[in-house]
Amino acid sequence: MASLDDLKKRIASVKSTQKITKAMKMVAAAKLRRAQESAEKGRPYSEKMNNVILNLSSGISDKENAPKLLSGSGNDKVHLCVVMTSDRGLCGGFNTNIIKKAKSYFAKLKEDGKQLKIITVGSKGNDQLKRAYGDKIISNVSFKESKHANYFDAEKVGKMVIKKFEAEEFDVCTIFFNQFKNVITQIPQAQQIIPLNVENSEGDKSEDSYEFEPDEDEILSNLLPKNISTQIFKAMLENSASEQGSRMSAMDNATRNAGEMVDKLTIEYNRSRQAAITKELIEIISGAESL
Amino acid sequence: MSEDFKVEIVNPEKSFLIKEDVSEVVVPAFEGEMGILKDHISIISFLKPGIIKISSKSGEENYYVEDGIVEFKNNNLSILTSTIINLTELDKSKQQDLLKLAENEANNTKINDQSKYLVDQKIEVLRSLN
Repeated sequence: MASLDDLKKRIASVKSTQKITKAMKMVAAAKLRRAQESAEKGRPYSEKMNNVILNLSSGISDKENAPKLLSGSGNDKVHLCVVMTSDRGLCGGFNTNIIKKAKSYFAKLKEDGKQLKIITVGSKGNDQLKRAYGDKIISNVSFKESKHANYFDAEKVGKMVIKKFEAEEFDVCTIFFNQFKNVITQIPQAQQIIPLNVENSEGDKSEDSYEFEPDEDEILSNLLPKNISTQIFKAMLENSASEQGSRMSAMDNATRNAGEMVDKLTIEYNRSRQAAITKELIEIISGAESL
Repeated sequence: MSEDFKVEIVNPEKSFLIKEDVSEVVVPAFEGEMGILKDHISIISFLKPGIIKISSKSGEENYYVEDGIVEFKNNNLSILTSTIINLTELDKSKQQDLLKLAENEANNTKINDQSKYLVDQKIEVLRSLN
């Protein structure tokens, strides 16, 4: 059995860990509220954008000459995967879940004989994918300096993706992120952004005919790159809310576990203290008797 | 019948402005300035750098935008833009910063004709604000 001193030290160390996890939980809760708010505020933009594109693309009669971002490059050989994770750890299964989802997708691509390219956003994803897919990672972006998700960071990623698409470096682009459902549940998502899947996306499709100025094609070719950035931004917002939610519940668990551990250790400490006292008493009594 | 319609300006971070009692909006559409009144035909267009002018009962408001999309439908005007600044908040130093940024971009020889045109527009608008 551990000595009394050791037990005392362990109790102290668990208690101080508990203090840290408690503080992290509080911080995550505060940040979560802000992240959730901005995720909600960002929603109208991406929804409106989606509707406009839906209306536009339904108006396009000539599908063959549609912009390539909408119709695809005609091939399906090279897949680009943008894996979006956090820059910080200690957030439960948040990053692991995205990576797991991404890895199963990668395996499927490999089975189908497709070529794979990866862009990681966030350093944690890069760390986890480096070992198995190091040669596939073509770029790693991290926004450690930005306090919260902002559109300019998303635009940077978006522009990079579009540039690579225009250089015909890939045919299909999919982004991986965690969708925020509630504090306990985040759903890892794979969303294809190039070519845009218009048929499957939701939105109120209006039957009204629009007047376009200039014509549809030109508006679309202007709008689609913006939509890429918008989708990435949406993913970033969802991700940051998910990250904080995940961290909050992870730290809540950790705090509770630490509490249980302190209780257990305290009982053990008291027991061994009493045992020591009893032992001493027995020694004194038997010593007195022998006189 | 009132002559008012609703305008909503959204940027990626939030809903920037919602106004219900707007009588006229002038937007810098790609092919020239466009005034929108009530019962305009449904239209989709995109913006070049310029000034959005919103006239309502409470007066006139001016916003500087760099890009965006306008959609008008059923007397609802939606403007989606990534950069929008109220002109009253755009002070000299901010304006100079934006101008410098645009000029740097214009000096980049690698950009294509269309973005070159947009950047030139941006510079022109920013200079005219002085």
